[in-house]
Amino acid sequence: MSRSDVLVSAEWAQEHLGDAGLVFVEVDEDTSAYDKGHLEGAVKLDWKTDLQDPLRRDFVDKEQFEALLSAKGISNDDTVVLYGGNNNWFAAYAYWYFKLYGHDAVKLVDGGRKKWELDSRPLSDAEVTRPATQYTAQEPDTSIRAFRDEVVAAIDTKNLVDVRSPDEFAGKLVAPAHLPQEGAQRPGHIPSAVNVPWSKAANEDGTFKSDEELAALYADAGFDGSKETIAYCRIGERSSHTWFVLKELLGHENVKNYDGSWTEYGSLVGVPIAKGA
Amino acid sequence: MCGAPKQGGALAGIDLTTQTVIQGSVWHDGAPVAGAYVRLLDSSDEFTAEVVTSPEGEFRFFAAPGEWKLRSLAPVGRAERVLSAEVGLNETTLAIA
Repeated sequence: MSRSDVLVSAEWAQEHLGDAGLVFVEVDEDTSAYDKGHLEGAVKLDWKTDLQDPLRRDFVDKEQFEALLSAKGISNDDTVVLYGGNNNWFAAYAYWYFKLYGHDAVKLVDGGRKKWELDSRPLSDAEVTRPATQYTAQEPDTSIRAFRDEVVAAIDTKNLVDVRSPDEFAGKLVAPAHLPQEGAQRPGHIPSAVNVPWSKAANEDGTFKSDEELAALYADAGFDGSKETIAYCRIGERSSHTWFVLKELLGHENVKNYDGSWTEYGSLVGVPIAKGA
Repeated sequence: MCGAPKQGGALAGIDLTTQTVIQGSVWHDGAPVAGAYVRLLDSSDEFTAEVVTSPEGEFRFFAAPGEWKLRSLAPVGRAERVLSAEVGLNETTLAIA
């Protein structure tokens, strides 16, 4: 796996809009951005209503995922090209999610919606419909998804990478600063975690930094490439961005995303918590 | 949720006795800039959050008391401003030259 297998530039994306066998998918939490304008021919996925179970806190199951992709007109043979707002957080989350359900041909548009808009590339508000398919998903690949017990067991053993902002890591904020400060019961971070904010892996226009810069970033933070790794944030979308960097761009093996993240960990009874930088 | 709520709008429902709200708008050539990317940087210049301005050019952050930097990115240019926030409402304007 290398950068060219998993990442395409905005320029490449613009040249290949409408190609057979490629499906562009915008993933956002707030899909009003898509509704106002999207890449021509792109379908939308709503992070919350499409990818989360409406009742339990969990993913949609295999059958629901199959129904979703079939309805969106995505087939098993298609290459899915993802992009979105928030510096591709939710697109990276969807990338990880597609991998979890066994869809291997997935790519991200480097910089997502932001780079596209800053380049003043064209957006379309035309409604997109694709003929329905019969999509078949694989059983979830839990080798890339971490659950709470293994996170607690990973303290002082595996690389724990907290990708939230320094103030969230230190326990000064319990949520990203564009949101009201509520969420987990307790602020702080998982003991022995290193803080490498997701934003350090991205340029201001939302594109990923170079492989050399990324390798140096994690080495400087004390990341041990010989160990297994679990990345987390608050709800698992910023850590998908870092999971993408560590697994797909830098090629580390055994990297998991903990989607329960701080909203789960910071509300667990009895687990150890650390505060401060 | 980590996605930004709709920017701008009323402060109803926001407890200004506990929340440190930093809000304002982005301007260029005498008009508000919709769709600008505004990021909040902490006192060490580290990224803290980013939102996209509303059709009226507005942005809003929920921060903590202290020194912050705001930086906007848009196709028409960029702007930056440093401010000191306290609990309650902190309002400012970013002007793109």
